[in-house]
Amino acid sequence: MLELTPEDWTAVLLSLRIAVVATVVALPFGVAVAYLLARTNFWGKSLVDAIVHLPLVLPPVVTGYLLLITFGRRAPVGAFLADHFGIVFSFRWTGAALACGIMAFPLMVRAIRLSIEAIDRRLEDAAATLGANGFWRFLTITLPLTVPGVIAGMMLAFARALGEFGATITFVSNIPGETQTISAAIYTLTQVPGGDAAALSLVVVAVVISLAALVASEWFARRAARRLHGD
Amino acid sequence: METDVLAVAVKKKLGDFLLDVSFSSAGGVTALFGASGTGKTSIISMIAGLMKPDRGRIVLDGETLFDERERIDVPACKRHIGTVFQEGRLFPHLSVRHNLDYGRWMSGYAADAKAFAHVVELLDIGHLLDRRPGKLSGGERQRVAFGRALLMRPRLLLLDEPLASLDAARKQEILPYLERLRDDARVPMIYVSHDAAEVKRIANRVVRLGAGGMAETGGVELLALSPQ
Repeated sequence: MLELTPEDWTAVLLSLRIAVVATVVALPFGVAVAYLLARTNFWGKSLVDAIVHLPLVLPPVVTGYLLLITFGRRAPVGAFLADHFGIVFSFRWTGAALACGIMAFPLMVRAIRLSIEAIDRRLEDAAATLGANGFWRFLTITLPLTVPGVIAGMMLAFARALGEFGATITFVSNIPGETQTISAAIYTLTQVPGGDAAALSLVVVAVVISLAALVASEWFARRAARRLHGD
Repeated sequence: METDVLAVAVKKKLGDFLLDVSFSSAGGVTALFGASGTGKTSIISMIAGLMKPDRGRIVLDGETLFDERERIDVPACKRHIGTVFQEGRLFPHLSVRHNLDYGRWMSGYAADAKAFAHVVELLDIGHLLDRRPGKLSGGERQRVAFGRALLMRPRLLLLDEPLASLDAARKQEILPYLERLRDDARVPMIYVSHDAAEVKRIANRVVRLGAGGMAETGGVELLALSPQ
Protein backbone atom coordinates (compact mmCIF):
# COMPACT_ATOMS: atom_id res chain seq x y z
CA MET A 1 0.00 0.00 0.00
CA LEU A 2 2.68 2.44 1.02
CA GLU A 3 4.83 2.68 -2.05
CA LEU A 4 6.23 6.07 -2.67
CA THR A 5 7.54 6.98 -6.08
CA PRO A 6 10.61 9.24 -6.34
CA GLU A 7 8.21 12.08 -7.21
CA ASP A 8 6.27 11.40 -4.03
CA TRP A 9 9.46 11.51 -1.99
CA THR A 10 10.38 14.81 -3.58
CA ALA A 11 7.02 16.24 -2.56
CA VAL A 12 7.34 14.88 0.99
CA LEU A 13 10.85 16.27 1.53
CA LEU A 14 9.89 19.56 -0.08
CA SER A 15 6.86 19.84 2.21
CA LEU A 16 9.01 19.21 5.26
CA ARG A 17 11.59 21.73 4.12
CA ILE A 18 8.95 24.37 3.43
CA ALA A 19 7.14 23.80 6.74
CA VAL A 20 10.36 23.82 8.79
CA VAL A 21 11.75 26.93 7.10
CA ALA A 22 8.40 28.73 7.37
CA THR A 23 8.14 27.90 11.08
CA VAL A 24 11.72 28.76 11.99
CA VAL A 25 11.82 32.02 10.03
CA ALA A 26 8.44 33.09 11.38
CA LEU A 27 9.46 32.41 14.99
CA PRO A 28 11.45 35.57 15.84
CA PHE A 29 8.79 37.73 14.19
CA GLY A 30 6.11 35.76 16.01
CA VAL A 31 7.76 36.30 19.40
CA ALA A 32 8.27 40.02 18.68
CA VAL A 33 4.69 40.61 17.52
CA ALA A 34 3.26 38.51 20.36
CA TYR A 35 5.28 40.54 22.86
CA LEU A 36 4.17 43.85 21.35
CA LEU A 37 0.53 42.79 21.39
CA ALA A 38 0.70 41.32 24.90
CA ARG A 39 2.71 44.00 26.62
CA THR A 40 2.65 47.32 24.87
CA ASN A 41 0.09 49.90 23.95
CA PHE A 42 0.63 51.90 20.84
CA TRP A 43 -1.41 53.80 18.35
CA GLY A 44 -2.83 51.43 15.76
CA LYS A 45 -2.42 48.33 17.90
CA SER A 46 -5.83 46.94 16.99
CA LEU A 47 -4.97 47.46 13.31
CA VAL A 48 -1.75 45.45 13.71
CA ASP A 49 -3.72 42.80 15.58
CA ALA A 50 -6.26 42.64 12.76
CA ILE A 51 -3.61 42.42 10.03
CA VAL A 52 -1.81 39.62 11.86
CA HIS A 53 -5.05 37.68 12.13
CA LEU A 54 -6.16 38.37 8.58
CA PRO A 55 -4.73 35.15 7.05
CA LEU A 56 -6.83 33.20 9.55
CA VAL A 57 -10.11 34.62 8.28
CA LEU A 58 -9.37 35.38 4.64
CA PRO A 59 -9.90 32.63 2.06
CA PRO A 60 -6.38 31.20 1.49
CA VAL A 61 -6.72 31.88 -2.23
CA VAL A 62 -7.18 35.57 -1.46
CA THR A 63 -4.01 35.58 0.66
CA GLY A 64 -2.20 33.82 -2.19
CA TYR A 65 -3.46 36.40 -4.65
CA LEU A 66 -2.35 39.25 -2.40
CA LEU A 67 1.10 37.65 -2.15
CA LEU A 68 1.21 37.33 -5.93
CA ILE A 69 0.51 41.00 -6.52
CA THR A 70 2.99 41.99 -3.79
CA PHE A 71 5.87 39.54 -4.12
CA GLY A 72 5.45 38.45 -7.74
CA ARG A 73 8.40 38.97 -10.06
CA ARG A 74 6.96 42.18 -11.54
CA ALA A 75 5.18 43.31 -8.39
CA PRO A 76 6.70 46.27 -6.50
CA VAL A 77 8.10 44.44 -3.47
CA GLY A 78 8.98 41.30 -5.44
CA ALA A 79 10.91 43.26 -8.10
CA PHE A 80 12.74 45.28 -5.44
CA LEU A 81 13.81 42.18 -3.51
CA ALA A 82 14.89 40.43 -6.72
CA ASP A 83 16.89 43.41 -8.02
CA HIS A 84 18.57 44.40 -4.78
CA PHE A 85 18.95 41.19 -2.83
CA GLY A 86 18.49 38.48 -5.41
CA ILE A 87 15.58 37.09 -3.41
CA VAL A 88 12.91 35.64 -5.64
CA PHE A 89 9.69 34.23 -4.25
CA SER A 90 7.48 33.67 -7.25
CA PHE A 91 7.31 30.04 -8.43
CA ARG A 92 10.08 29.04 -6.02
CA TRP A 93 9.96 26.90 -2.91
CA THR A 94 10.94 30.01 -0.94
CA GLY A 95 7.66 31.55 -2.07
CA ALA A 96 5.82 28.49 -0.79
CA ALA A 97 7.62 28.93 2.54
CA LEU A 98 6.59 32.61 2.59
CA ALA A 99 2.95 31.71 1.89
CA CYS A 100 2.99 28.97 4.54
CA GLY A 101 4.72 31.26 7.05
CA ILE A 102 2.13 33.97 6.59
CA MET A 103 -0.77 31.54 6.81
CA ALA A 104 0.71 30.01 9.97
CA PHE A 105 1.68 33.34 11.57
CA PRO A 106 -1.60 34.15 13.37
CA LEU A 107 -1.69 30.73 15.05
CA MET A 108 1.89 31.12 16.20
CA VAL A 109 1.37 34.66 17.51
CA ARG A 110 -1.79 33.63 19.35
CA ALA A 111 -0.15 30.79 21.23
CA ILE A 112 2.91 32.83 22.20
CA ARG A 113 0.84 35.85 23.15
CA LEU A 114 -1.36 33.81 25.51
CA SER A 115 1.76 32.40 27.09
CA ILE A 116 3.29 35.86 27.61
CA GLU A 117 0.03 37.15 29.07
CA ALA A 118 -0.01 34.27 31.55
CA ILE A 119 3.39 35.17 33.00
CA ASP A 120 3.35 36.53 36.53
CA ARG A 121 4.75 40.00 35.93
CA ARG A 122 5.74 40.27 39.56
CA LEU A 123 8.60 37.92 38.70
CA GLU A 124 9.87 40.56 36.29
CA ASP A 125 9.54 43.18 39.02
CA ALA A 126 11.61 40.94 41.27
CA ALA A 127 14.23 40.67 38.53
CA ALA A 128 14.25 44.47 38.21
CA THR A 129 15.01 44.89 41.91
CA LEU A 130 17.91 42.46 41.40
CA GLY A 131 19.43 44.77 38.81
CA ALA A 132 18.08 43.38 35.53
CA ASN A 133 17.17 46.01 32.96
CA GLY A 134 14.36 45.54 30.46
CA PHE A 135 16.46 43.63 27.95
CA TRP A 136 17.83 41.16 30.50
CA ARG A 137 14.44 40.74 32.15
CA PHE A 138 13.05 39.70 28.79
CA LEU A 139 15.93 37.37 28.01
CA THR A 140 16.26 35.68 31.41
CA ILE A 141 12.70 35.69 32.76
CA THR A 142 10.02 36.44 30.16
CA LEU A 143 11.40 34.39 27.30
CA PRO A 144 12.19 31.20 29.25
CA LEU A 145 8.74 31.32 30.87
CA THR A 146 7.20 31.68 27.41
CA VAL A 147 8.81 28.48 26.12
CA PRO A 148 5.69 26.29 26.47
CA GLY A 149 3.76 28.80 24.37
CA VAL A 150 6.58 28.99 21.86
CA ILE A 151 6.51 25.21 21.47
CA ALA A 152 2.74 25.18 21.05
CA GLY A 153 2.98 28.04 18.57
CA MET A 154 5.68 26.30 16.55
CA MET A 155 3.68 23.10 16.48
CA LEU A 156 0.55 24.85 15.26
CA ALA A 157 2.54 26.80 12.70
CA PHE A 158 4.29 23.68 11.44
CA ALA A 159 1.01 21.80 11.07
CA ARG A 160 -0.62 24.75 9.34
CA ALA A 161 2.36 25.13 7.01
CA LEU A 162 2.34 21.44 6.18
CA GLY A 163 -1.34 21.55 5.33
CA GLU A 164 -1.28 24.85 3.45
CA PHE A 165 -2.72 24.53 0.00
CA GLY A 166 -4.77 27.45 -1.27
CA ALA A 167 -2.37 30.34 -0.75
CA THR A 168 0.63 28.30 -1.88
CA ILE A 169 -0.88 27.02 -5.11
CA THR A 170 -2.20 30.48 -5.96
CA PHE A 171 1.10 32.22 -5.29
CA VAL A 172 3.72 29.74 -6.52
CA SER A 173 1.65 27.25 -8.49
CA ASN A 174 2.16 23.48 -8.41
CA ILE A 175 5.57 22.74 -9.90
CA PRO A 176 6.92 19.25 -9.16
CA GLY A 177 10.28 19.49 -7.43
CA GLU A 178 9.98 23.20 -6.78
CA THR A 179 6.63 24.09 -5.25
CA GLN A 180 4.66 20.84 -5.25
CA THR A 181 4.02 19.99 -1.61
CA ILE A 182 2.30 16.87 -0.29
CA SER A 183 -1.07 18.60 -0.42
CA ALA A 184 -0.54 19.79 -3.98
CA ALA A 185 0.73 16.37 -5.06
CA ILE A 186 -2.33 14.67 -3.56
CA TYR A 187 -4.55 17.17 -5.32
CA THR A 188 -2.77 16.53 -8.65
CA LEU A 189 -3.07 12.75 -8.27
CA THR A 190 -6.77 12.92 -7.54
CA GLN A 191 -7.25 14.85 -10.76
CA VAL A 192 -6.07 11.97 -12.96
CA PRO A 193 -8.01 8.75 -13.49
CA GLY A 194 -6.85 6.01 -11.14
CA GLY A 195 -4.63 8.42 -9.24
CA ASP A 196 -6.52 8.08 -5.97
CA ALA A 197 -4.68 4.84 -5.14
CA ALA A 198 -1.33 6.57 -5.58
CA ALA A 199 -2.63 9.47 -3.52
CA LEU A 200 -3.34 7.13 -0.63
CA SER A 201 0.32 6.55 0.21
CA LEU A 202 0.90 10.31 0.35
CA VAL A 203 -2.15 10.65 2.57
CA VAL A 204 -0.67 8.07 4.94
CA VAL A 205 2.63 9.97 5.01
CA ALA A 206 0.80 13.22 5.77
CA VAL A 207 -1.05 11.56 8.65
CA VAL A 208 2.18 10.08 10.02
CA ILE A 209 4.07 13.38 9.87
CA SER A 210 1.21 15.26 11.54
CA LEU A 211 0.93 12.69 14.32
CA ALA A 212 4.69 12.70 14.83
CA ALA A 213 4.68 16.50 15.09
CA LEU A 214 1.85 16.32 17.62
CA VAL A 215 3.60 13.71 19.76
CA ALA A 216 6.91 15.59 19.59
CA SER A 217 5.33 18.87 20.65
CA GLU A 218 3.51 17.15 23.52
CA TRP A 219 6.80 15.72 24.68
CA PHE A 220 8.61 19.05 24.44
CA ALA A 221 5.76 20.89 26.15
CA ARG A 222 5.75 18.40 29.01
CA ARG A 223 9.48 18.69 29.41
CA ALA A 224 9.28 22.47 29.39
CA ALA A 225 6.48 22.46 31.95
CA ARG A 226 8.51 20.15 34.19
CA ARG A 227 11.48 22.46 33.92
CA LEU A 228 9.34 25.44 34.88
CA HIS A 229 7.49 23.86 37.78
CA GLY A 230 9.82 21.82 39.87
CA ASP A 231 12.63 19.59 38.66
CA MET B 1 18.52 64.95 58.96
CA GLU B 2 22.04 64.49 57.55
CA THR B 3 22.50 61.15 59.27
CA ASP B 4 19.44 59.61 57.66
CA VAL B 5 20.19 56.62 55.50
CA LEU B 6 16.75 56.73 53.98
CA ALA B 7 14.30 59.60 53.78
CA VAL B 8 10.88 59.02 52.31
CA ALA B 9 8.15 61.61 51.79
CA VAL B 10 5.60 60.48 49.25
CA LYS B 11 2.00 60.98 48.26
CA LYS B 12 0.11 58.49 46.18
CA LYS B 13 -3.53 58.09 45.37
CA LEU B 14 -4.50 54.44 45.68
CA GLY B 15 -8.08 54.00 44.61
CA ASP B 16 -10.04 56.36 46.86
CA PHE B 17 -7.35 56.29 49.51
CA LEU B 18 -4.66 58.94 49.66
CA LEU B 19 -1.37 57.65 51.00
CA ASP B 20 0.60 60.52 52.47
CA VAL B 21 3.62 59.30 54.34
CA SER B 22 6.93 60.65 55.42
CA PHE B 23 9.50 58.93 57.55
CA SER B 24 13.20 58.43 57.74
CA SER B 25 15.55 55.75 58.89
CA ALA B 26 19.00 56.17 60.38
CA GLY B 27 19.87 52.52 59.78
CA GLY B 28 19.09 49.33 61.64
CA VAL B 29 15.71 47.78 61.17
CA THR B 30 12.75 50.11 60.72
CA ALA B 31 9.38 48.46 60.84
CA LEU B 32 6.47 49.71 58.79
CA PHE B 33 3.68 48.63 61.04
CA GLY B 34 -0.01 48.85 60.40
CA ALA B 35 -3.21 47.02 59.56
CA SER B 36 -3.80 45.84 56.02
CA GLY B 37 -5.01 48.55 53.69
CA THR B 38 -2.72 51.20 55.13
CA GLY B 39 -0.45 51.16 52.09
CA LYS B 40 2.55 49.31 53.52
CA THR B 41 3.24 47.31 50.39
CA SER B 42 2.77 50.40 48.21
CA ILE B 43 5.42 52.25 50.20
CA ILE B 44 7.82 49.34 49.70
CA SER B 45 7.06 49.31 45.96
CA MET B 46 7.76 53.02 45.72
CA ILE B 47 11.10 52.71 47.52
CA ALA B 48 12.04 49.74 45.32
CA GLY B 49 11.10 51.71 42.20
CA LEU B 50 8.27 49.43 41.14
CA MET B 51 5.56 52.02 41.74
CA LYS B 52 5.74 55.70 40.98
CA PRO B 53 4.62 58.12 43.68
CA ASP B 54 2.38 60.96 42.56
CA ARG B 55 4.45 63.40 44.52
CA GLY B 56 7.37 63.54 46.86
CA ARG B 57 10.94 62.52 47.27
CA ILE B 58 12.92 59.41 48.16
CA VAL B 59 16.57 59.74 49.15
CA LEU B 60 18.90 56.85 49.96
CA ASP B 61 22.48 57.38 51.16
CA GLY B 62 22.34 60.95 49.88
CA GLU B 63 21.30 59.86 46.41
CA THR B 64 17.92 61.06 45.23
CA LEU B 65 16.06 58.06 43.87
CA PHE B 66 12.86 59.89 43.21
CA ASP B 67 11.96 63.53 43.10
CA GLU B 68 8.75 64.51 41.42
CA ARG B 69 9.73 68.20 41.12
CA GLU B 70 13.16 67.54 39.67
CA ARG B 71 11.79 64.71 37.53
CA ILE B 72 14.22 62.21 38.97
CA ASP B 73 13.06 58.60 38.90
CA VAL B 74 15.90 56.09 39.08
CA PRO B 75 14.68 52.79 37.58
CA ALA B 76 14.36 49.82 39.93
CA CYS B 77 17.26 47.99 38.29
CA LYS B 78 19.65 50.83 39.16
CA ARG B 79 18.58 51.37 42.76
CA HIS B 80 20.51 48.46 44.31
CA ILE B 81 17.80 47.84 46.85
CA GLY B 82 17.21 44.22 47.81
CA THR B 83 13.59 43.25 48.17
CA VAL B 84 12.03 40.19 49.74
CA PHE B 85 8.42 39.87 48.68
CA GLN B 86 5.55 38.33 50.55
CA GLU B 87 5.35 35.40 48.17
CA GLY B 88 9.08 35.00 47.62
CA ARG B 89 8.87 35.42 43.88
CA LEU B 90 11.68 33.00 43.17
CA PHE B 91 12.22 32.36 39.48
CA PRO B 92 10.55 29.00 38.83
CA HIS B 93 12.75 28.07 35.86
CA LEU B 94 16.05 28.55 37.69
CA SER B 95 17.62 26.38 40.35
CA VAL B 96 18.05 27.76 43.86
CA ARG B 97 21.73 28.32 43.10
CA HIS B 98 20.94 30.40 40.03
CA ASN B 99 18.22 32.28 41.87
CA LEU B 100 20.78 33.21 44.52
CA ASP B 101 23.29 34.22 41.87
CA TYR B 102 20.86 36.24 39.76
CA GLY B 103 21.43 39.63 41.40
CA ARG B 104 25.21 39.32 41.31
CA TRP B 105 25.04 38.24 37.70
CA MET B 106 22.77 41.12 36.65
CA SER B 107 24.84 43.66 38.56
CA GLY B 108 27.99 42.39 36.85
CA TYR B 109 29.90 41.60 40.03
CA ALA B 110 32.56 38.91 39.93
CA ALA B 111 31.63 35.64 41.59
CA ASP B 112 32.41 35.71 45.30
CA ALA B 113 32.44 32.14 46.55
CA LYS B 114 33.09 33.26 50.12
CA ALA B 115 30.11 35.58 50.29
CA PHE B 116 27.96 32.93 48.62
CA ALA B 117 29.02 30.23 51.05
CA HIS B 118 28.51 32.59 53.97
CA VAL B 119 24.94 33.46 53.03
CA VAL B 120 24.13 29.83 52.25
CA GLU B 121 25.37 28.83 55.69
CA LEU B 122 23.67 31.74 57.43
CA LEU B 123 20.31 30.68 56.01
CA ASP B 124 21.03 26.95 56.07
CA ILE B 125 20.07 26.38 52.44
CA GLY B 126 23.09 24.41 51.27
CA HIS B 127 21.07 21.23 50.71
CA LEU B 128 18.61 23.08 48.46
CA LEU B 129 21.02 24.58 45.93
CA ASP B 130 20.29 22.22 43.06
CA ARG B 131 16.54 22.12 43.51
CA ARG B 132 14.00 24.26 41.77
CA PRO B 133 11.69 26.58 43.72
CA GLY B 134 8.68 24.40 42.90
CA LYS B 135 10.13 21.69 45.14
CA LEU B 136 10.67 23.89 48.19
CA SER B 137 8.46 24.38 51.23
CA GLY B 138 7.16 27.87 51.97
CA GLY B 139 9.76 28.44 54.67
CA GLU B 140 12.62 27.24 52.47
CA ARG B 141 11.43 29.48 49.68
CA GLN B 142 11.52 32.56 51.90
CA ARG B 143 14.99 31.68 53.16
CA VAL B 144 16.19 31.47 49.56
CA ALA B 145 14.47 34.80 48.86
CA PHE B 146 16.40 36.37 51.78
CA GLY B 147 19.60 34.96 50.37
CA ARG B 148 18.88 36.19 46.89
CA ALA B 149 18.26 39.72 48.14
CA LEU B 150 21.38 39.67 50.35
CA LEU B 151 23.70 38.39 47.64
CA MET B 152 22.99 41.31 45.34
CA ARG B 153 24.87 43.42 47.91
CA PRO B 154 21.99 45.80 48.52
CA ARG B 155 22.32 49.26 50.02
CA LEU B 156 18.98 48.70 51.68
CA LEU B 157 16.88 45.61 52.27
CA LEU B 158 13.11 45.80 51.95
CA LEU B 159 11.19 42.98 53.58
CA ASP B 160 7.53 43.02 52.64
CA GLU B 161 5.74 40.80 55.16
CA PRO B 162 8.16 38.00 54.42
CA LEU B 163 6.48 35.72 56.96
CA ALA B 164 2.86 36.51 56.18
CA SER B 165 2.37 33.54 53.88
CA LEU B 166 3.65 31.08 56.50
CA ASP B 167 1.80 29.37 59.33
CA ALA B 168 2.72 30.01 62.97
CA ALA B 169 5.12 27.07 63.22
CA ARG B 170 6.99 28.08 60.07
CA LYS B 171 7.19 31.65 61.31
CA GLN B 172 8.92 30.48 64.45
CA GLU B 173 11.27 28.49 62.26
CA ILE B 174 12.19 31.50 60.11
CA LEU B 175 12.41 34.22 62.75
CA PRO B 176 15.80 33.11 64.08
CA TYR B 177 17.19 33.28 60.54
CA LEU B 178 15.83 36.80 60.21
CA GLU B 179 17.52 37.81 63.45
CA ARG B 180 20.79 36.29 62.28
CA LEU B 181 20.44 38.14 59.02
CA ARG B 182 19.83 41.41 60.83
CA ASP B 183 22.80 40.99 63.16
CA ASP B 184 25.11 39.70 60.45
CA ALA B 185 24.39 41.68 57.34
CA ARG B 186 24.62 45.25 58.64
CA VAL B 187 22.37 46.40 55.84
CA PRO B 188 19.66 48.85 56.83
CA MET B 189 16.28 47.22 56.55
CA ILE B 190 12.68 48.23 56.20
CA TYR B 191 10.49 45.53 57.63
CA VAL B 192 6.80 45.51 56.81
CA SER B 193 4.48 43.68 59.14
CA HIS B 194 1.13 43.81 60.89
CA ASP B 195 2.31 41.45 63.62
CA ALA B 196 3.43 43.32 66.73
CA ALA B 197 5.27 40.35 68.26
CA GLU B 198 7.26 39.84 65.10
CA VAL B 199 8.15 43.52 64.85
CA LYS B 200 9.22 43.62 68.50
CA ARG B 201 11.73 40.84 67.86
CA ILE B 202 13.18 42.30 64.70
CA ALA B 203 12.91 46.07 64.61
CA ASN B 204 14.51 48.86 66.59
CA ARG B 205 12.38 51.62 65.14
CA VAL B 206 8.73 51.69 64.21
CA VAL B 207 6.74 53.70 61.72
CA ARG B 208 3.10 53.17 62.60
CA LEU B 209 0.75 53.67 59.71
CA GLY B 210 -2.80 54.76 60.39
CA ALA B 211 -5.95 54.33 58.37
CA GLY B 212 -5.84 57.91 57.15
CA GLY B 213 -2.54 57.31 55.38
CA MET B 214 -0.63 59.18 58.09
CA ALA B 215 2.45 57.90 59.85
CA GLU B 216 3.87 58.14 63.34
CA THR B 217 7.51 57.38 64.02
CA GLY B 218 9.00 56.14 67.25
CA GLY B 219 10.45 53.21 69.12
CA VAL B 220 8.88 49.82 69.74
CA GLU B 221 6.61 51.42 72.36
CA LEU B 222 4.36 52.40 69.44
CA LEU B 223 3.48 48.74 69.13
CA ALA B 224 1.58 48.87 72.41
CA LEU B 225 -1.08 50.91 70.66
CA SER B 226 -3.31 48.72 68.61
CA PRO B 227 -2.72 49.08 64.88
CA GLN B 228 -5.45 51.37 63.61
